[in-house]
Amino acid sequence: MSDTIIHEVTQSEYKYGFTTDIETEVIPVGLNENVVRIISAKKNEPEWMLDFRLKAYRHWLTMKIPTWAHLKIPEIDYQSISYFAAPRKNAPQSLDEVDPELLATFNKLGIPLEEQKALSGIAVDAVMDSVSVKTTFKETLAEMGIIFCSFSEAVEHHPDLVKKYMGTVVPHTDNFYAALNSAVFSDGSFVYIPKGVRCPMELSTYFRINAVNTGQFERTLIVAEEDSYVSYLEGCTAPQRDENQLHAAIVEIVAMKNADVKYSTVQNWYPGDKEGKGGIYNFVTKRGICKGENSHISWTQVETGSAITWKYPSCILQGDNSSAEFYSVAVTNHHQQADTGTKMIHLGKNTSSHILSKGISAGVSQNSYRGLVRVGANAENARNFSQCDSLLLGDKCGAHTFPYMEVNNESAIVEHEATTSKISEDQIFYCNQRGISTEDAVGLIVNGYAKEVVDKLPMEFAVEAQKLLQITLEGSVG
Amino acid sequence: MLEIKNLHASINGKEILKGLNLSVQPGEIHAIMGPNGSGKSTLSSVITGNPAFEVTQGSIIFEGKDLQEMAPEERANEGIFLSFQYPVEIPGVSMVNFMRTAINEQRKYRELPPISATDFLRIMREKKALVEMDNKLTNRSVNEGFSGGEKKRNEIFQMAMLEPKLAILDETDSGLDIDALRIVANGVNKLKSPENATIVITHYQRLLEYIIPDYVHVLYDGKIVKSGGKDLAMELEARGYDWIKQEVAV
Amino acid sequence: MEKQYIDLYKAHHSLIKQHAARVMNESRDASFALFEKMGFPTTKLENYKYTDLKEMLSLDYGLNVRRLDFPVDPYQAFKCDVPGIQSYLYFVVNDAFYPEYNEQNDDLPKEVVICSLKEAAEKHPDLVAKYYGRLSTQKQDGLVAFNGAFAQDGFFMYVPKNVQLDRPVQLVNIMRADVDFMANAHNLIILEEGAKAQLLVCDHTVDDVRFVSNRVTEVFVAENATYEHYKLENTHIKTTNLSTLLIEQQASSNVLGNVITLHNGLTRNSIEIALNGENCETELCGMVIADKKQQVDNFTSVLHNMPNCHSNELFKYVLDDVSKGAFTGRLYVAKDAQKTRAYQTNRNILLNRTAKMRTKPQLEIYADDVKCSHGATIGQLDEQAMFYMRTRGIPYEEARLLLMFAFTADVIDNIRIPALADRIKMLVEKRLRGELSKCEGCTICQ
Repeated sequence: MSDTIIHEVTQSEYKYGFTTDIETEVIPVGLNENVVRIISAKKNEPEWMLDFRLKAYRHWLTMKIPTWAHLKIPEIDYQSISYFAAPRKNAPQSLDEVDPELLATFNKLGIPLEEQKALSGIAVDAVMDSVSVKTTFKETLAEMGIIFCSFSEAVEHHPDLVKKYMGTVVPHTDNFYAALNSAVFSDGSFVYIPKGVRCPMELSTYFRINAVNTGQFERTLIVAEEDSYVSYLEGCTAPQRDENQLHAAIVEIVAMKNADVKYSTVQNWYPGDKEGKGGIYNFVTKRGICKGENSHISWTQVETGSAITWKYPSCILQGDNSSAEFYSVAVTNHHQQADTGTKMIHLGKNTSSHILSKGISAGVSQNSYRGLVRVGANAENARNFSQCDSLLLGDKCGAHTFPYMEVNNESAIVEHEATTSKISEDQIFYCNQRGISTEDAVGLIVNGYAKEVVDKLPMEFAVEAQKLLQITLEGSVG
Repeated sequence: MLEIKNLHASINGKEILKGLNLSVQPGEIHAIMGPNGSGKSTLSSVITGNPAFEVTQGSIIFEGKDLQEMAPEERANEGIFLSFQYPVEIPGVSMVNFMRTAINEQRKYRELPPISATDFLRIMREKKALVEMDNKLTNRSVNEGFSGGEKKRNEIFQMAMLEPKLAILDETDSGLDIDALRIVANGVNKLKSPENATIVITHYQRLLEYIIPDYVHVLYDGKIVKSGGKDLAMELEARGYDWIKQEVAV
Repeated sequence: MEKQYIDLYKAHHSLIKQHAARVMNESRDASFALFEKMGFPTTKLENYKYTDLKEMLSLDYGLNVRRLDFPVDPYQAFKCDVPGIQSYLYFVVNDAFYPEYNEQNDDLPKEVVICSLKEAAEKHPDLVAKYYGRLSTQKQDGLVAFNGAFAQDGFFMYVPKNVQLDRPVQLVNIMRADVDFMANAHNLIILEEGAKAQLLVCDHTVDDVRFVSNRVTEVFVAENATYEHYKLENTHIKTTNLSTLLIEQQASSNVLGNVITLHNGLTRNSIEIALNGENCETELCGMVIADKKQQVDNFTSVLHNMPNCHSNELFKYVLDDVSKGAFTGRLYVAKDAQKTRAYQTNRNILLNRTAKMRTKPQLEIYADDVKCSHGATIGQLDEQAMFYMRTRGIPYEEARLLLMFAFTADVIDNIRIPALADRIKMLVEKRLRGELSKCEGCTICQ
């Protein structure tokens, strides 16, 4: 395939690159103990929350930036970032009170809150920059005992739950970015599903970074009690800016006996322009624990955005007979870099995990899968199957696979398979001969390649994910 | 309809077609026969615009338009269809999705609105019946896991869906048992009309018992060295290709 | 841990140099400086994550810096009787080439040079200078740097243009000492264009003391040359075998590496094969059968630096008791190394709950027109197959053996010397049955 086609079709621009003209309240740049105290004070937090932050901050000071990933990360000056930005309006009580401009932003993103509220029945918590703007459907859910609110509200209204679970899956000492988040996180979502309740609708959060020079540090905590079920969706976008912006989030999931949690992400942070200028640095720690017997956690992610992605949604399979899945499509184009994968830590008996990773690289991007499967000494009959496929579009990008398998119990069966391929010229010509243009052919083939993963997403997201794949790669040809 | 004049084409610098002439009118069926390596499949690739081949000399005019200026998909949308000798597998892309995209591209080319879902499904049903194609197959990925015979039937099914003006059947009979051959030939014959033309590329005469050609051409060493009626095919079957080679050598 | 060696070097570097070839001394100080900086590898390094050398390297070992002769008659001690294997036979005792005349080697083609590295450096200074250290000195690896600082001699083989050896060259490394002992050999193997050689390296230990062998082997395979490297390790539980094998292939060359570990203490094989010309063929395979406290870490890199090369890698482990296995397979495909075909498989069987396996297959790919895959599994013997065999009257133990043997068979199938393959089959079977696997008539193997 000729270079000109590659050139033409990898030009498609980021379609969510608009900024919203909303007054924001920003703390001056820089990080010190005082800033941590200010954040806590602005949010009227109780003493224990401030202590948690300070402990994390002090630990962060002792930590080094991890360098093992297959990423070239420019030096980040953590003192030139503002650690808090909130739209300067008091939290609205109903959608009518939400700043119309903000609503317009969400509409541009394709998540009209009102429409969703009315039509699709999804409960949405929209997080812009760092503050949770509005949670829809709260009352409906509350009747079933489900708590779905911003993290700040949870700290205020459900302190016992937050205290009990926060930091139990991702401790503040876990890694550099987790420590940073624990010190300065501004808001996020909190979900609590009581015993025996099946959450009747998809819960959804939309994250958006808006203000200049701010980092976004949200924190999500999902607790699913015995015999409960919830499906949670997370979407992300950010406006186009020349400077890089930092995003360091934490997601913690706790699944009790027989609980089932499904977490889906469509990540579309601004990836930077064609020359690699700007874009989000996405350093995220996501981890779930299958605490109880027969519990189940499934991660599904479609990663199309960010200049740099460093992300390993993981599961600790502690309960006997628990199971976990990780389904991922990661696309990189232009100068994007992604080092993403999962960790499956088998501790309980008869646990099983399944990993399916599909990487797509185009332009001059680098795309790595990194995954660990560890079977503990007492994890009888652990089973894992991992499959990692890479698709290369063009000869200037890279696709890498770094699986780690550590088995300490002889009854385990752990299998890993990986392949690398490109879109063949035969396939393109076959489509051409049927009248399908090269651009559309690549779209078809890429979506076909990613299908197994995209199919795991809830309907609404699957459509968006397919579109994103097409936009990100529009016709990139191998 | 199709005028090929003094066509020279090469792959990786090696010349395969060395001055080929061919003229096809609407309503005609042409058979191109010839020994292995004579350039039969190259001809189909060049007409449909496979980028692996380079045309070094000559012209291909289809309905007054120079094909060499056109991308493969434009040629397809002009109404040229190739039934591939080796249909390509495209994992994950369902036949339904593939065909709908192709039909809508064709409609777009003709400035027609996209086909409605119900119309599309109805046409699919009709055309599937034509080649006695299993419902299961259309729900699977394009050619993936199809047997040799199923792939060939799938090609004719696509031909039925796209209703080309010029259909090129490249070794469509290879790998088919007698029943499948009859089904495929039947499908081709049903699609026949005074407006469209067919080029059948084959090594054996077998398929020509079912699809009766108006003209038979023998391709040898990159040129058409002998043309005749359907009797020529019989003669080739009986005598092989050696006498042609000798004739050419003389 | 490093300090005693750093002190030793500082105090005795002139002595070390005095007893070594000049060509080896040229990079010696630089190697030492690198070692001083890096130290011995620790588990904190990604490349040594799964093998902890600390325990073995912190012990006290003697080094033979003054090159004193160790009294041993290898012919007395070692009688290889791979039936039908007619080889050119050479011995290295610790790190010293055993110079005694052997009529078995009489018909070695005259153009071929096989001798000690030191002798080669004296007789063929240009040749040795051209190749020595070319692959090893640039390695950022503590063990290789240590070797560069302390190695004084080793094995040398040179096969000139278009010379094809009709039978394998057998190199028997014997570790022999009365005290805990460390040897640092540096081997250099050069095949010119169109040459062909097969090298069979057997590692043995004679005495019941602790040994550390830290060996670096550099192999240069020129255009159209064919090189086969077989390494059979049959040492004892007190042996720490650190071996770095660096191979450079030029266009259209063909290399087979086959590394089998049957008996050992702690083994680390670092193997790097760089495909620096087009149309190279590379086959790398290995097998580990380990029980008790054996530890084996095969760390392999296949670097596809040029287009149109083909590599295939296969490693199999059978681990019992509290043994530990580790495998790393790095497949690197450089930008523009189009039409690369590279495949890798690692399969492991754990026979016991206390055995441990760590595997890290990796693909690092910068070209798009490539076919690459890797697969790794850790599991047990197929229970259905076990059951099937038992319904046919085969006893449990025998069925197990048959399956294990079948499991390792494809590694043996890659051996291109039929007599050797037969012999190794027998050794493996004996090993799996738990019997001694030494060659008959060998008085060395423990």
